[in-house]
Amino acid sequence: MSIVLCRIDDRLIHGQVVIGWGRPLGINLIILVDDQVATSPWEQDLYRMAVAPEIEVRFVTIAEAATHMTEWQANGKRGLVLTGDLDTMAALHAANPEVVHRINLGGIHHRPGRRERLPFVYLTDQELRTLHALEDGGAEVTAQDLPTTTPVALSSLG
Amino acid sequence: MVVCHGPLAQALVHAAEQISGLNGALVPVSNTGCDRDTLEERILAAVNGRPAVVFVDLASGSCLVAVLKRLRSEESVRIVTGVNLAMLVDFVFHRSLSPAEAASRAAAAGEKSIRIP
Repeated sequence: MSIVLCRIDDRLIHGQVVIGWGRPLGINLIILVDDQVATSPWEQDLYRMAVAPEIEVRFVTIAEAATHMTEWQANGKRGLVLTGDLDTMAALHAANPEVVHRINLGGIHHRPGRRERLPFVYLTDQELRTLHALEDGGAEVTAQDLPTTTPVALSSLG
Repeated sequence: MVVCHGPLAQALVHAAEQISGLNGALVPVSNTGCDRDTLEERILAAVNGRPAVVFVDLASGSCLVAVLKRLRSEESVRIVTGVNLAMLVDFVFHRSLSPAEAASRAAAAGEKSIRIP
């Protein structure tokens, strides 16, 4: 078992991710895929502060993640792949569809043009189409903020 | 300004106003329902270019990241993490100090209030 969760959460590393999911899934590796954070040491320091020392955190670009995904899948750690937006996760799925197979919509919040689908998932119609295209391409997409809540199928979001 | 997860900032500001009798000195900002960009916009709107002390709940997480991203290079802004009620009550009575002095005082008051009686 290696990559155990692929999550889209626009707040990146925060309590829900580290405690809510990290503890029950026994996560010991968080891979944050974000081109901007990957070049910002002070933001990386802040995100590391939210994570227990026994959990390894890697900050990588989309290109680096696409290259190393298979290696992380095989390294024996229980990994969580985290992106802040849907396009990044779609790129990771395109590069490694077998590893980035089950996609968790964990937190995609309001911004102009988006419509509420769930209290923690707001999507434009185009974003919804992108998600359906991912499912058509073989991915399984569900929305679930915490493991204690029931996952919601993409078909229920519109 | 008080920036917290969920409804915590509103509750702290309300409680500080009840204790001090001073209204309007503190502006609450919640991260509820917003992504990173929206939270940063809320923070900028609340500060509105004024000198400020920004109290944040956790010393990590989305609230602090957003505050630092937008305000860490502002000379007239100071940031204090681990906000508690003692801190805010001290602050509202010392708003005439510079942000650096007020932040220092408030942080000390907050630390002093943590005890195991």
